[in-house]
Amino acid sequence: MRDDTVLRWSLRVYTAVIFVFIFAPIAASLVFSFNSDRFPSIPLGTFTTQWYAKAFSNPEVWDAALRSVIVSVSSAVLATIIGFSAAYTDYRYEFFGKKAFLVLALLPPTIPLIIFALATLGWLSMFQASGMMISVIIAHTVLCAPFAMAVIRLRLNQMDPNLEPAAWNLGASEWVTMKSVVLPFTRPSIAAALCLTAAVSFDEFAVAWFVSGLNKTVPVMILEILTGNIDPQINAIGTAVFMVSITLVVIAQVLIMGRRPKPESA
Amino acid sequence: MKSLARKTDLYAIAWRLPMLVWQGLFFIGPLVFMVAMSFFLVKNYRMEPAFQFSNWEKVLGRGFFWDSYFLTLWLAVLATCVTSLVAFPASYFLAFKVKDTVRRWAVFFLIIPFFTSYLVRIFAWQVILAQQGVINAGLSFIGLGPFTMLNTKFGTMIGYLTLCLPLAVILQTFSLAQIDKRLVEAAHNLGCGRFRSVFTVVVPLAKTGLVVAAVFCFILSFGDFVAPYYLGGSKPPTLSIMIIDTSKSGQQWPRAAVIAIMMIVTLLTVAFAAIGYAYRKRR
Repeated sequence: MRDDTVLRWSLRVYTAVIFVFIFAPIAASLVFSFNSDRFPSIPLGTFTTQWYAKAFSNPEVWDAALRSVIVSVSSAVLATIIGFSAAYTDYRYEFFGKKAFLVLALLPPTIPLIIFALATLGWLSMFQASGMMISVIIAHTVLCAPFAMAVIRLRLNQMDPNLEPAAWNLGASEWVTMKSVVLPFTRPSIAAALCLTAAVSFDEFAVAWFVSGLNKTVPVMILEILTGNIDPQINAIGTAVFMVSITLVVIAQVLIMGRRPKPESA
Repeated sequence: MKSLARKTDLYAIAWRLPMLVWQGLFFIGPLVFMVAMSFFLVKNYRMEPAFQFSNWEKVLGRGFFWDSYFLTLWLAVLATCVTSLVAFPASYFLAFKVKDTVRRWAVFFLIIPFFTSYLVRIFAWQVILAQQGVINAGLSFIGLGPFTMLNTKFGTMIGYLTLCLPLAVILQTFSLAQIDKRLVEAAHNLGCGRFRSVFTVVVPLAKTGLVVAAVFCFILSFGDFVAPYYLGGSKPPTLSIMIIDTSKSGQQWPRAAVIAIMMIVTLLTVAFAAIGYAYRKRR
């Protein structure tokens, strides 16, 4: 019995250390962003907001932020539409080639971003369509759609398969049933998919770096500053980026978990 | 039902098309084009359609490429093993030793970093691991160091861990939590020690999920360029860094495409072999 207690406690401490490791860079970025030292270390310097002031007074930062918002909102909407259609098809239909359909729907995130970036750059350049904001939106939609599909598919799992046939029997057409039964039922997951895909697009840098040309988004700007030198401004910009993506991911998760059916109602 | 099937055609097609069209045009299209591109020629910094094997000969004929290939493979295998081993005790704890609510919250918190700017997290590590950084300053209080951690394999591994660890713990925890706990207790009651039961009962039962987690670690670290570049010092380059150097500075997109295709072939081979192994029936 004593052995068990020792084991349990060492595992508990170990797991805590793992979580500290995972969250250390996020916490460090926050702390360093308010720290006066150019090269932060222990002991910390004094409290300052100069890095934020410097970053936010730079018009390039605001331009990039605006582009990031446009790109992530557009790709989130497109990806969620595509993801919803794919999820609904998977939920409702059996057909020849469905396995291939699902592989195509879920594959993009498993291809290394740098490879997809190169391929997209070549493909879009052939149509003179690279180097624009729309190029980034197109590519991000490809990357985000599988996440939207997964989130919405999980919700459709919870829908009674007799619900749609019931509406048809009562005389509703398939389109009406979609509008008044399926869409309301999946609404929380659609909202969650929008948030999650917006976060994915907002943080993506490799593809954006290759195809955005001069229309840099925030992560591309960070990447380019990073290649230069250690610049504490990044901590300020980075902390702001963290806040946006953490908020989006938390909202998405709360929406997904929120209406989980209670076990006894099954 | 038959008459229904006929009527639903238009409706059904309407829901199939968005994904097929978009991913066909902007996912399959680029990848197929990349294969074609690897046979193109570059003249005066402009790419011209052609069907020449010269890019393949130039890339595969260089020892430099193969050095980088095996370095990348080795780093990815190392990252996969390190991440899987580091993650396992934590996953084991979350799967067997805590209440459902705690596990759900743990997964909730692990999902956040997976979707949160990897780039900024790597920058934070750059500052933390620096010669005068937080860790070396802390170590100097107890009279150790300073250790060089940036621009080393150790730095690269920290980066890979940052990338893969949250996902690895999530996937491992899910697969371990699905194990029938009575089987573990049975082994225990029959006199099998805690540690022995982990290796003879728990790991074999969760094999599929553990391998899937490892495959994701491999894919992520094999393709990542940020960790080897910003924490590993970029020299010697990994394949992903080579793709950037070749395509960004040299405008040699066709040669970069050759490297990319070699990477995809490697990834597919490893993934299929591993998944085949994971789903093989135990005798």
